[in-house]
Amino acid sequence: MCLAIPGKLIKIDPTPDGVRMGSANFGGVVKQVCLEYTPEAVEGDYVLVHVGFAINIVDEAEAKRTFQLLEEMEQLDELNTPADNSEERNG
Amino acid sequence: MKKPPNKPEQRSNPGPFPSASCPLPISEHKEILLGHGSGGKLSHRLIEQLIIPQFANELLNPLHDGALIGIDNTRLAFSTDSFVVDPIFFPGGDIGRLAVHGTVNDIAMCGARPLYLSVAFILEEGLPMEDFRRVLESMREAAAEAGVRLVTGDTKVVDRGKADRMFINTSGIGLMIEGTDINPCSAQVGDRILISGPIATHGIAIMSVREGLEFETEITSDSAPLNGLVAAMLDVSHDIHVLRDPTRGGLTSALTEIAEKSGAGIRLEEHSIPIREEVKGACEILGLDPLHVANEGILTAIVAPEAADAVLAAMQAHPLGEQAAIIGEVVDTHPGMVTMKTHVGGTRVIDMLSGEQLPRIC
Amino acid sequence: MKFLDEYRDEALANKILSEIRKVVTRPWVLMEVCGGQTHSIVKYGIDRLLPKEVELVHGPGCPVCVTSLEMIDKAHAIARRGDVIFCSFGDMLRVPGTEADLFTLKSRGADVRIVYSPIDCLKIAQSNPEKKVVFFAIGFETTAPANAMLVWQARKMGLTNFYALISQVLVPPAMAAILGSPANRVQGFLGPGHVCAVMGYREYEPLCKRFNVPIVITGFEPLDILQGTLLALRQLEAGRAEVENQYSRVVRREGNEVALNLVNQVFEVCDPKWRGVGPIPQSGYQLRAEFHDFDAERIFEVSEIVRQESGACISGQILQGVKKPHDCPAFGKSCTPENPLGATMVSAEGACAAYYTHGRHLDP
Repeated sequence: MCLAIPGKLIKIDPTPDGVRMGSANFGGVVKQVCLEYTPEAVEGDYVLVHVGFAINIVDEAEAKRTFQLLEEMEQLDELNTPADNSEERNG
Repeated sequence: MKKPPNKPEQRSNPGPFPSASCPLPISEHKEILLGHGSGGKLSHRLIEQLIIPQFANELLNPLHDGALIGIDNTRLAFSTDSFVVDPIFFPGGDIGRLAVHGTVNDIAMCGARPLYLSVAFILEEGLPMEDFRRVLESMREAAAEAGVRLVTGDTKVVDRGKADRMFINTSGIGLMIEGTDINPCSAQVGDRILISGPIATHGIAIMSVREGLEFETEITSDSAPLNGLVAAMLDVSHDIHVLRDPTRGGLTSALTEIAEKSGAGIRLEEHSIPIREEVKGACEILGLDPLHVANEGILTAIVAPEAADAVLAAMQAHPLGEQAAIIGEVVDTHPGMVTMKTHVGGTRVIDMLSGEQLPRIC
Repeated sequence: MKFLDEYRDEALANKILSEIRKVVTRPWVLMEVCGGQTHSIVKYGIDRLLPKEVELVHGPGCPVCVTSLEMIDKAHAIARRGDVIFCSFGDMLRVPGTEADLFTLKSRGADVRIVYSPIDCLKIAQSNPEKKVVFFAIGFETTAPANAMLVWQARKMGLTNFYALISQVLVPPAMAAILGSPANRVQGFLGPGHVCAVMGYREYEPLCKRFNVPIVITGFEPLDILQGTLLALRQLEAGRAEVENQYSRVVRREGNEVALNLVNQVFEVCDPKWRGVGPIPQSGYQLRAEFHDFDAERIFEVSEIVRQESGACISGQILQGVKKPHDCPAFGKSCTPENPLGATMVSAEGACAAYYTHGRHLDP
């Protein structure tokens, strides 16, 4: 369950009744998100969004660390494909 | 040289509703459901079990995008389509523009040059005159762009509440392009599957203006007349076996139908299927699978392997085919089925949904 | 898309798969708890890439599947009312109650609206003061903060025409029920990544100790699932049983304290019935007393209805990982997404529906 997608926080706007809202960019689609649960999020952060709520900030350093662990794993066959092919694939 | 169409084979495990010989009574659904219009399994079942038996004949039975009719020495394609989209104005188009493109494209998918359209309007009482005028103007422009003429029509008005502002039907005739034999039964093992552009754009454009699902970014429908593109492809090669514009039900519906009718298997490569980044983003947020989302301005072509590169080049040289790509091939390993090699190298079987795809949170 | 696409990389997937093949020396049964993880596994064909010694069974992490028939019928009873605007996530629209589903009720004239976010309902309530706006607040812990905020804001705004029908369920009691069952085959878990993004993973530590099973908190993308599987298998092969956090880019041990704070102010724990499984103690949330004015179940006085589930449906056993969809004689035949007989076929996330949608009933 729990479809939650990471989006880049591009705008934080306070509204009159004080609910912290902002806009996040998901691969080019910008949608309003509620930021009440990520009070420390700033513009430029990636937030994990579920049903219009940012439920956590993505820890980029941690992501990098785990990803590096993956890349450093030995491989049985010697194929050395570049890790990030996302541009090629989704042209 | 006309190739005999492949005989559709039964799948080894046909599932609950293999064909029109399904033993389950149609009274299983006592009413028409919205799902019956979504282009998925329910739609197909309705056609196969209720509609075809009433009218079966050799011209109707292929159930191609249009009927191919020979009169004396002239070969014509004849097609019809109805448009009930809500809202009637959306980013990148409106119901009128869709109505012209829809029938133009159906005719083109038969390997024919669309020439003349009819249009029938069912208008809801209370529709603002200005809205109707806008739609008409849009249709005029779309027809001019596609090189077709609107030659006959009809207008009816129904009570308030009986037609989501307006419904439009268009029908059309076109002349078959000489030397072509394009129909959904003709996919051959080894053929390549080509697509003319990115998927799911139109469906997401429509969904993005539905209440509650709005985005701040505008995603515009890619609705377009494809007859020029088809002509450019046929100029280069007649070894195009199947053409289909994947509308309701998405790429999935189009390809599963073709696989079934041709009795051949289709294997796709997920990473080669073009999709615009923002359309993909929208699908991710809403939990939608782009393979099931409606398209408008794109086509798939199933082409003999020796002609694939040339046809692809012709597509890419045309303004509507700039992002054309080869996305798979026809195989003999699983006749009648569509599979896809996923991003991580696994295999997924692609099957039609029963009804319309809804956004999800899970 | 950043933090998504790179976790779908084939070369890296192959690396992890080689590691898995090196590590595994005997058969193991793992359960992924979340419906979203099941969906990802079937969608990318991950289970078929794993060595045959590794069996993935699917857990009850689908709040749509496990919402009781009584609750669905209550939702439908409320939605039918002429003075109600019934708002719901898309997932619930096709879930059949005893008679019809929300989609059908909509076609018969009920005002049923799909929302993407619960707080969309607040605007609907403000714009329709003459109507009663009811939101079907389903979900696991991941959705609890959103549902809590909705009710909190409704009270803050002084809304008098808004209500929530709560069907919130919790993962750890469900896992405990599965592990405590004599028929249990599960030896390790891929824990619910987004649930833990909210709740943290402290509450999984006692489960781990009590039942001696590794629990690896795992994400949803293919590389996450493969990496989570690898970590679980390493533990099993080494005879360890710990809570490990694969999804560390969004999960911290203490969870999201701000969210937990509001959730605890709005909700309290209760004992709901799980469809296909039965009542599980302390496994759900209900509104606290001070929010009872917003509780649709109380306000609309929908009577208790007891229903018999279809005899052919083995959802209960599938939800507990004891059986697979293919083990069910009705799967793909009398039980399909258009005509679901039970819990795991009704929702797009249920194991049976996920299998069916990804064509497993058509296996050549």
